[in-house]
Amino acid sequence: MIEFHLNSRSGLSPYQQLVQQVRHALRLGLLKEGDRLPTVKDVARQMAVNPNTVLKAYRELEHDGLVAARPGVGTFVTRTLADASLAAHGPLQKDLQRWLTKARLAGLDDESIEALFMNTFRNVAGEDVA
Amino acid sequence: MIWLTWRQFRTQAAVVFAVVAALAVTLAVTGPNLSDLYRTAGSSLVDQVSSSDQSLYYVGLLVVLAVPAVVGMFWGAPLIARELETGTHYLAWNQGVTRTRWLAAKLGLGAAAAMTAAGLTSLAVSWWSSPLDRAVNGGGATDTYFPRLDPVAFAARGVVPVAHAAFAFVLGVALGLVIRRTLPAMATTFALYAAVQIVVPIWIRSHLAAADRTVLPIEPGGAPISIQDGARHIIAHLEEVPGSWVTSQQTLNASGQPAPVPSSFADCLRTESGPPTLQQVDGCVADLGALGYQQQVTYQPAGNFWVLQWAETGLYLGLALALAGFCAWWIRRRAT
Amino acid sequence: MSAVLRAQGLGKRYKQRWALQNCDLDVPAGRVVGLVGPNGAGKSTLLKLASGMLTPSAGTIEVCGGRPAAGVEQLAKVGFVAQDTPVYAALSVADHLDLGKRLNPNWDEAVARERIRRLGLDPEQRAGKLSGGQRAQLALTLGIAKRPELLILDEPVAALDPLARREFMQDLMEAVAEHELSVVLSSHLVSDVERTCDYVIVLVDSRVQVAGDIDDLVACHHRLTGPRRDPDTLPGGQHVITASHTDRQTTLLVRTDTAVHDPSWTVSPLGLEDIVLAYMTRPADAVRDTRPALEVLR
Repeated sequence: MIEFHLNSRSGLSPYQQLVQQVRHALRLGLLKEGDRLPTVKDVARQMAVNPNTVLKAYRELEHDGLVAARPGVGTFVTRTLADASLAAHGPLQKDLQRWLTKARLAGLDDESIEALFMNTFRNVAGEDVA
Repeated sequence: MIWLTWRQFRTQAAVVFAVVAALAVTLAVTGPNLSDLYRTAGSSLVDQVSSSDQSLYYVGLLVVLAVPAVVGMFWGAPLIARELETGTHYLAWNQGVTRTRWLAAKLGLGAAAAMTAAGLTSLAVSWWSSPLDRAVNGGGATDTYFPRLDPVAFAARGVVPVAHAAFAFVLGVALGLVIRRTLPAMATTFALYAAVQIVVPIWIRSHLAAADRTVLPIEPGGAPISIQDGARHIIAHLEEVPGSWVTSQQTLNASGQPAPVPSSFADCLRTESGPPTLQQVDGCVADLGALGYQQQVTYQPAGNFWVLQWAETGLYLGLALALAGFCAWWIRRRAT
Repeated sequence: MSAVLRAQGLGKRYKQRWALQNCDLDVPAGRVVGLVGPNGAGKSTLLKLASGMLTPSAGTIEVCGGRPAAGVEQLAKVGFVAQDTPVYAALSVADHLDLGKRLNPNWDEAVARERIRRLGLDPEQRAGKLSGGQRAQLALTLGIAKRPELLILDEPVAALDPLARREFMQDLMEAVAEHELSVVLSSHLVSDVERTCDYVIVLVDSRVQVAGDIDDLVACHHRLTGPRRDPDTLPGGQHVITASHTDRQTTLLVRTDTAVHDPSWTVSPLGLEDIVLAYMTRPADAVRDTRPALEVLR
């Protein structure tokens, strides 16, 4: 079973962190089909977190088709995030490495690279939302 | 609700009732002896009381006078002030009991206990002192014991201590509610209760029952008189009405009108040095009487004792009820 | 969804000073509401009005559909744990449970006993001898076991050490999950509120600055950084909460229900703490201007 934790400096709201942690566990194979997620009450107690937050996270996971709630029994994993995309990771990583080399050659230090990346990432994400 | 009130209150209650019980036992043991003595000695009992019984007489007086004050200070004042001080009223007021009922339970139980304590004490002391009281009312000349109507003894006999206790208790509660702090509330309760106990005998009690009035001739060998204030005032002593409580004195002139003592009286009493001789005083008193001056004395006769007792009981219980109403209003409108 | 707490023009005056004024709130049921604000802002006053410990000087307040503390039925619906979690020092833990049992119609003895057992409290212990954390837990037990619809807590953890605070919040959150309680709690720790609450009310200087669902608030507040410009030139839908300028740069904290498209701004997301602090620190005269904007938020 998964154990949640909250990081107050992550910049993500508690419910987003819960969703992210489940997805992460699914991706890494820590959670498999048929596994039961801890009950809302247990998570609320263990993390001293609002049960509505846990419910919201579970509902979002359910909406994404990753888990299913069986009333009175619990919430179960219905699908792993089998890495169909894993094949794409290799080439993307290569691209990124090439880009990083270029950035260093252009004289950017680590901080500048990170700022540039985050800024671009946010802008692109913002356009997607819009 | 009564359970909670009792649970909070029982220690203080136990202390007071223990003292009352101890006194009652002492009185019960020594009382019959005093009654026997009265049966044989009658009014001359006043001269035959042992010194330990005499001390007990004063202890009894003191305890009955003190019970209402103690109850007001130690039961009444902290009752709500301590809750307000420690914040526990928030806990109490969030239970499934309305604030008015909470107050009613506290006031009801506390007042009942206060009245019981005062009532038992007064009953024991009144019973124990009754031979002495009867001896004094029967004409036993004494400076040691008070007539029952005397302001000191009146508040320590009969039913008024019950009303005093109820009043003092509710007064303490009301002050605690307003002042919100235990110690200042206790101090204020004592001060205010003492003030009321001074004001009522001086200005109010004498009007609670129809007074008798008598006019005494001023003459040597008549009613004994005291000459006061540089011979400007005369006080007559009402020896032929034993057990009475003199409430006012007025000198009347020959036409029966209130008048000051004439300056001739003071002139007559003047001496070169030292006090005037008895003969001189008698002469001057005779002269004053010959001028037609008389002394009017207003008093409550011993027979008015129970009328006054019930009237004052009503007065104090009325005050207690009014204060209880104030508490109810305050706790609904103003509290916290 | 029905409102668990509804206030209209609510105000409370102590002698000459208004501790709370013009308070309009409409808090839906089933929420855990965090009430935040600096000391003396009126948090306690609002909570005492909601629990019926105080009566309003102006306006109206309705809690769980009734006037606070109006009668036995209303008292049973609302639990209140006052600041510093007062308990009767001379009474034992068992006495307190006895008190709750005798005085509350919906008392849940099983829940109370189980909680005391799990907390490891000795029933015979006098409450005056308990530690701060234990006392808070005892007060919470009384609040939970009366099985209210709404539990109001005034700075329940302010005086507790971090461990006791954590345990208290764990128990509270478990009770919320188990009994479907609505909760209103005040705290000066935004991190606690972020974790435990899903609705926030920011109270500053006796007035409600902002109130709403935390996720909604986080979603519609942004920090805009860009070349220096006058905040008045922003499009209509963007409300400036705070603005700061250097000679070249302007940083704005804005609320908007639509995305910010202006490419001259760098838009960054805000945490709850940033938003709360912004509302706390903005100048007092800005308050009145935002009142219509608050309506937009709902």
